[in-house]
Amino acid sequence: MKITVKKGLDIKMKGVPNKIIAEGNLSKSFALKPSDFPNLIPKLLVKEGDSVKCGSPIFCDKYNDVVVFVSPASGVVDKIIRGEKRRILAVTITSDGKFTQQNSKAKDFSKLDRAELKTDLLKSGLWPLLRMRPIDIIARPEDNPKSIFISSFDTNPLSPDYDFIMHNKSAEFNAGLELLNILTDGSVHLQIRKNSDEVFSNAKNVKTHLVKGPHPSGNVGVQMHEIDPINKGEVVWYINPQDVMILGRYSLTGAYDANKVICIGGENVNSPKYFKTISGSSIESILEGVEIKENSRLISGNPLTGLKVEKDNFLGFYHHQLTVLPEGNEYKFFLSEGWLSLGFNRFSASKSYPTWLMPKSKTYQFDTNLNGEERSFVVSGQYEKVFPFDIYPVQLIKSIITNDIEKMENLGIYEVSPEDFALCEFVCTSKINIQEIVRNGLDLVYKECM
Amino acid sequence: MKFLRNIFDNAHKTLNSSEKTKKFFPLVDAFDTLMFTPNHVTKNGSHVRDAIDLKRTMMLVIIALIPCLLFGIYNTGYQHYRVLGELEVISFWEIIFKGALVVLPLVVVSYGSGLFVEFIFAIKNGHTVQEGFLVSGMLIPLCMPADVPLWMVAVATIFAVVIGKEVFGGTGMNILNVALTARAFLFFAHPTKMSGNEVWVTGFSDIKGEKYASLVSSANPEGVVDGSSGATALGDLASFMQDSPVLENTQAFQAKYSLMDSFLGFIPGSVGETSALMCLIGAALLLWTGIASWRVISSFFVGGFVMATILNLVGGNGYFELPAIHQLMLGGFMFGMVFMATDPVTAAHTNAGKFIYGFLGGFLGILIRMVNPAYPEGIMLAILIANVFAPLIDHMVIQNNINRRLKRLKTA
Repeated sequence: MKITVKKGLDIKMKGVPNKIIAEGNLSKSFALKPSDFPNLIPKLLVKEGDSVKCGSPIFCDKYNDVVVFVSPASGVVDKIIRGEKRRILAVTITSDGKFTQQNSKAKDFSKLDRAELKTDLLKSGLWPLLRMRPIDIIARPEDNPKSIFISSFDTNPLSPDYDFIMHNKSAEFNAGLELLNILTDGSVHLQIRKNSDEVFSNAKNVKTHLVKGPHPSGNVGVQMHEIDPINKGEVVWYINPQDVMILGRYSLTGAYDANKVICIGGENVNSPKYFKTISGSSIESILEGVEIKENSRLISGNPLTGLKVEKDNFLGFYHHQLTVLPEGNEYKFFLSEGWLSLGFNRFSASKSYPTWLMPKSKTYQFDTNLNGEERSFVVSGQYEKVFPFDIYPVQLIKSIITNDIEKMENLGIYEVSPEDFALCEFVCTSKINIQEIVRNGLDLVYKECM
Repeated sequence: MKFLRNIFDNAHKTLNSSEKTKKFFPLVDAFDTLMFTPNHVTKNGSHVRDAIDLKRTMMLVIIALIPCLLFGIYNTGYQHYRVLGELEVISFWEIIFKGALVVLPLVVVSYGSGLFVEFIFAIKNGHTVQEGFLVSGMLIPLCMPADVPLWMVAVATIFAVVIGKEVFGGTGMNILNVALTARAFLFFAHPTKMSGNEVWVTGFSDIKGEKYASLVSSANPEGVVDGSSGATALGDLASFMQDSPVLENTQAFQAKYSLMDSFLGFIPGSVGETSALMCLIGAALLLWTGIASWRVISSFFVGGFVMATILNLVGGNGYFELPAIHQLMLGGFMFGMVFMATDPVTAAHTNAGKFIYGFLGGFLGILIRMVNPAYPEGIMLAILIANVFAPLIDHMVIQNNINRRLKRLKTA
């Protein structure tokens, strides 16, 4: 199937990572953070000082204890960091640098049936790599998804190029796809672009779809909406292509091997490029030897949906990039750089700035300034231009703000996740934090209706 | 810049130093954020944001209103001296001076009274001043007759801001267009002052008392002042529906108010609304910058044109026979179409709804104006009606979307 996404916006940021993969520094400290998984209440399975191996369970879902979260490294549980009301923020593990595996026997997975495979994946700790729509949380083991989606490309600003990262990784990728096929009665959908690497264009056991268009065409939510939209009561799963490789490696070797390649981008990085790292590595170790300017904001993930982090934090479970942007905590005089400037060097999707008259290849400086203050909804028709769903975004957001569950369902909340609203949030004249609102709405719907 | 920044920083510090003065924070904040985009940074979610904000959006509308304002100043002076019959002996700058003397106080009073109310509500509710009134404050004087007393403008503005907007929750929450609420308030509260032939030209009632009377009775009245100089074109048109029309037929009307004069705006009327050309310049800027919705503007025009054409075909009197395009150049049609109907808060919010909403506004506007001559300013009322219907139109459009989704569920 060919899909053309018409609505959307490519944000042209400075600091696109160069196509070089550097051997990253091996992190000495790793962490698992319950906050990476929306709606999760963890139950600890280890104490401080316990020794763990790669693949040892660290905590599980309190309400569904078959879903376990495992250590990406071998070593000792260093600290259990707690926040308000003793909520667990992170469990840190000091690595012994040996990456001893809990178990590493390759199995012939093709002979397993679905139930056996599910049990195996749950035990191995790979299960959380699978996420579901609606609600955008970890897949529930009891579901049989109507299909599984993989987007082979990321259209977010400064995002990693999977064609580059996964070049020549066909064996692992296909092994992962084989497992995914066991998990669904429907199809595994792989969305590719025109010039996708052969690892994707020649992938086995998948239905490939050619996608064209600006961001958010790489978001699985948009692709699902076009290919196989979710109705009330239906469940679709999705997984990141690098995570398919982790599944594949498990299938081939039986080892929990959370190696991945991430990119570091952004204007405040001297030489943006790709690094080899391991899921859960400390930000400090990743940034060792990388030159970063003063007054920067570190973001685990992309600039539109990522998480603000400090140096002593850790890479998010689902994140494949680090972004370093100038912090925008300065006043801007209204005529020179502020709200009434001519703004030839400011990026805007609205035509009130001359961005739309500039050559398309021009890149722009961005900082984290809100560029205004939060206001009520005033301007209409703005979100619709960057929101390629057959959904009324403002009306859906208003129904969430008023906790009107029936209306949320009617307006299509089952099809969306916060990331689908990232561009709406970006272009919003009234500077409303839409992604947070959508997350709250999804949490409410999950609690009340599922 | 540093100097200015220090002033604001110090002002904030002084206010914050005591609990009593803390609540006056919006006062300083409003001017601070006017001079500086604040240093607020994003939290999580989208870490980078578009450069657009509400201040810029509103300011662009005000800039789009400037041609109308400048022409309004000129035309106010022009009409004044036309009635006096002194156009030949008066210089351009004297016309501007007279116009400015009338129009600028209207602008000052409108902004003054409106912002006063806004600040009171901001301080009382402890939030910052939102920018909505920046545009309303300019629209109100432009949709007033030139000779309206200043106290009426103040009362109408305060009424519109309090009842039209703040009781609903402030900017972004109102149902009716604020400027039109002010206009409608005066129209219904002071009908004798706000209609008839005397309010549209500044100084007209004074002139009529002394000079005008003597001029009319003088030997050669037409050469100096024509017979009904104070009336608007629509007033003259409306008289076709009565027993004793001012003019004998449509041709006489077209001779008095040529299409070109109506388009350029050298006719009596509300301060800023007479010139279709200036409205179109404003429209061009608003459409070029994407602030106003082309859906509303185009469908509004089509709606008005369709209605005027229908009445053309009906015919039967001098009013109905006026060509549709000439009809649309008169009164507040163009001004309402470009600046009032496009108010994003009170217009329909869905794209499909905007077409229906705009069409309804234009269609009803011409209908009210022509079929009920008691309300020559039908556009104002039609936009207010369309405002009221906008949520219903949106509801229908959204229900359609919901039904489509439900249907998919059933077939799946």
